[in-house]
Amino acid sequence: MTRMTAPDISSPRPPSQIARRFKRVASVVLALFATFLGLLLVTFIIGRVVPIDPVLAVIGERASQAQYEAAREALGLDKPMWQQFGIYVWNALQGDLGQSLLTRRPVAEDIARVFPATLELATIATIFGILAGIPAGVLAATRPGSWIDQLVRLIGLMGYSMPVFWLGLMGLLLFYGMLGWVGGPGRLDAVHEMMFELEVRRVTGMILIDTALAGQWEMFRNAVSHIILPAGVLGYYSMAYISRMTRSFMMNELSQEYITTARVKGMPEWRVVWVHALKNVMVPLITVIALSYANLLEGSVLTETVFAWPGLGLYITNALFSADMPAVLGGTVVVGLVFVGLNMFSDVLYRLVDPRAK
Amino acid sequence: MTFEPTFRTAGLALAAALMLGASPTVLAAATPADTLVLADGIDDIVSLDPAEAFEFSGIDLLNNTYDSLIELDPLKPGELIPGLAESWDVSEDGMTFTFKMKSGITFASGNPVRAEDAAWSLQRVVKLDKTPAFILTQFGFTPDNVDDLIKADGDMLTITIDKKFAPSMFYNCMTAVVASIIDKETAMANEVNGDFGYEWLKTNTAGTGAYVLRSYKPQDSYILEARPGYWRGDAKLKRVFMRHVPEGSAQRLLLEKGDIDVARGLTPTDVQGLAGSPDVSVDADMEGYIYYLAANQKVEPLNNPKVLEAIRYLVDYEGMVNTVLKDKMIVQQGFLPRGYLGEVTDTPYALDVEKAKALLAEAGFPNGIEVTMSVRNDPLRMEMAQAIQNTLGQGGIKVTLKPGAGAEVLGDYRARNHELTLQSWGPDYPDPHTNASTFAWNPNNSDDAKLTGVLAWRTAWDAGEMTAMVDAAVVERDSEKRRVMYEDIQKLHRDTSAFVTMFQEIGLTARRNNVANLHTGGTTDQVTYWYVTK
Repeated sequence: MTRMTAPDISSPRPPSQIARRFKRVASVVLALFATFLGLLLVTFIIGRVVPIDPVLAVIGERASQAQYEAAREALGLDKPMWQQFGIYVWNALQGDLGQSLLTRRPVAEDIARVFPATLELATIATIFGILAGIPAGVLAATRPGSWIDQLVRLIGLMGYSMPVFWLGLMGLLLFYGMLGWVGGPGRLDAVHEMMFELEVRRVTGMILIDTALAGQWEMFRNAVSHIILPAGVLGYYSMAYISRMTRSFMMNELSQEYITTARVKGMPEWRVVWVHALKNVMVPLITVIALSYANLLEGSVLTETVFAWPGLGLYITNALFSADMPAVLGGTVVVGLVFVGLNMFSDVLYRLVDPRAK
Repeated sequence: MTFEPTFRTAGLALAAALMLGASPTVLAAATPADTLVLADGIDDIVSLDPAEAFEFSGIDLLNNTYDSLIELDPLKPGELIPGLAESWDVSEDGMTFTFKMKSGITFASGNPVRAEDAAWSLQRVVKLDKTPAFILTQFGFTPDNVDDLIKADGDMLTITIDKKFAPSMFYNCMTAVVASIIDKETAMANEVNGDFGYEWLKTNTAGTGAYVLRSYKPQDSYILEARPGYWRGDAKLKRVFMRHVPEGSAQRLLLEKGDIDVARGLTPTDVQGLAGSPDVSVDADMEGYIYYLAANQKVEPLNNPKVLEAIRYLVDYEGMVNTVLKDKMIVQQGFLPRGYLGEVTDTPYALDVEKAKALLAEAGFPNGIEVTMSVRNDPLRMEMAQAIQNTLGQGGIKVTLKPGAGAEVLGDYRARNHELTLQSWGPDYPDPHTNASTFAWNPNNSDDAKLTGVLAWRTAWDAGEMTAMVDAAVVERDSEKRRVMYEDIQKLHRDTSAFVTMFQEIGLTARRNNVANLHTGGTTDQVTYWYVTK
């Protein structure tokens, strides 16, 4: 397939432009709403057909039948299912995601507590993944079959196939247990964590940002030493994915005619690769990165367990195991929002890197 | 192959970044000298209201933030000591108890502790009727009569119960966390819609204990702060910081590095790994949990006594405690945990495949039988279930495992839908009646009775004469006679019930060597932090 620089054929805007744009926004909003409703409905139904009794999650083993009935009524589980769903959607539209059966707190409050931890971790992991993955992919693509290519392939393959649980524990054992280079499980050392709890004003819930805002630099450094390892482990997986995808996009791009033209013109090779070719693979790459970021934002249960990281993955999994449907539904809404948000964000980015999409 | 300059620079930058990461400033800090830092799984906490809390982690927390009228001596397990009551007495007929309150004690808020607070705290348990309320309501209290039966007058508290009980039974129940005394004024100041402060107390404390809850993040951490002027003398350490670390091996690493002082969620593998560590000691003590099999008596042929006996001979008790349960459990074949009044410690049953085969043949199943066994899908229980499946299979009982989430397996059990099920049970209060009244007592075995809190009912087993024996033991005022009665019930239960009681859990607590006087409470599972030094 050949590609040419598209000529500028922008024509004067027709008068109905504003109405058309409005229509487009409205249809996007409508599609979003329908997506959410569908998402909620599916989760809701799954929650009701699994053979787990949510009432037992609340009252535990000892409760009498009378206490059981009382709890069932308090949870609204005695109402017909469509009515329960209606009530849920109505409340969700007003920002009330219900009360978690496990923590007995509003789900929205719980998620506001656990999501920043995941956001912080996923963001840094993705930055690691991009910084290592793109150069590795490009290097491999420019020297196919060379030892660098083989090395990148090997590292990528290991990233795909090594269990994160094992990698996390080994990382902890080596870098924390034996070498003492990084902090251990948890987001801070005990002493700092306690001080953070008692003294630092919570603004974003992300420790790196909150400690920086408060000027607590020692705490900040401690937080960095704690996040490096879990972010590194997660970043490794995202790097493996990004480098493989970068390689294949680049291979395709480097065989294009405009590359040959550039080389014939005598343009330095680094410029051909890093400016001309890379710029053109950015569009598909953005999708890859956004997807990998979204995956991390769902929270990684195993990483969060190994590193005692109180994030969204652990929260949703705990909720699932205890049939805590309000929390599961709330978590699903957030994950859905993340996907939609990232989709829109990558749309914006396309326009920035690809003039044709403007 | 040579690197191009750009890559060489990048490589250097990467190396520099790694070196920076390795700088000594990020080396682990020791825990603060005035703070006890613990790690455990604390996601079991659902409520911090004493009227509702019924999980290990919550009970630990409340034991250090509240006191009750009388308490168990943390230093001498099983002995009663005064709490907020100075003295107590029981009437001739054994139905009216009076408590004289100590004077001069204050709640964390500064409010004085009055008999009125005590009466209100106990009354609200009955009126709120949350899960642990039965510990009090078994004495005949209802929301309607409790204001008449539990009364405060000056510094005296009078409690009238509806029938005779062994006084020791009543006192033991009064030591449970559900009988904690709450600051009425503070709680009522936070009342919403007549909830006796329940919403607020779910995440706050208002007690007389050595510590006050300073911060609580569900599934994450809590911080307790010592209150000056605790009536038993100030706590030795200013703060207690509990971190939720779900994974045993992560706890072990933190402990070895000195980032925590105490780890309470270690597996035996972690403990074996700690063996060579010079800075860490491990304390093992008996916990109250009993692991057992229950056979549904509505299911053929599990209701055949010979089949039940065969199952008793097809569990490899010794083999399991030496392998999958090493350092985790001991063999216990009576339904009371060791350490309880009336404990039975002999273990007559052992794996005997030939005998079991003969029993099955006698029962009319020379070719064996097939059953399903439900089990919670956590790793330890799955391992136990597989070991049991294996030895039952050797004897001709083909077991199909039915793993499920906790609430799923429990729901099946409560609905009497199981066949065989692997379960555990921990005592609710430190008196033998707690287990006797659930394993060996079933006044009505019909489906309609819905005695879902009673294990014998759940497994559809008519306890027969044992129900009367349990009723008699709980009112026996002579402690020696009472002990013998529980021994007799357990031996009969062990040989003839629809249960196979197998194991009792061992609690492993690992601590840095500088930590001293941490009392975990053993079978009552009530840890005390205020004596701890480091």
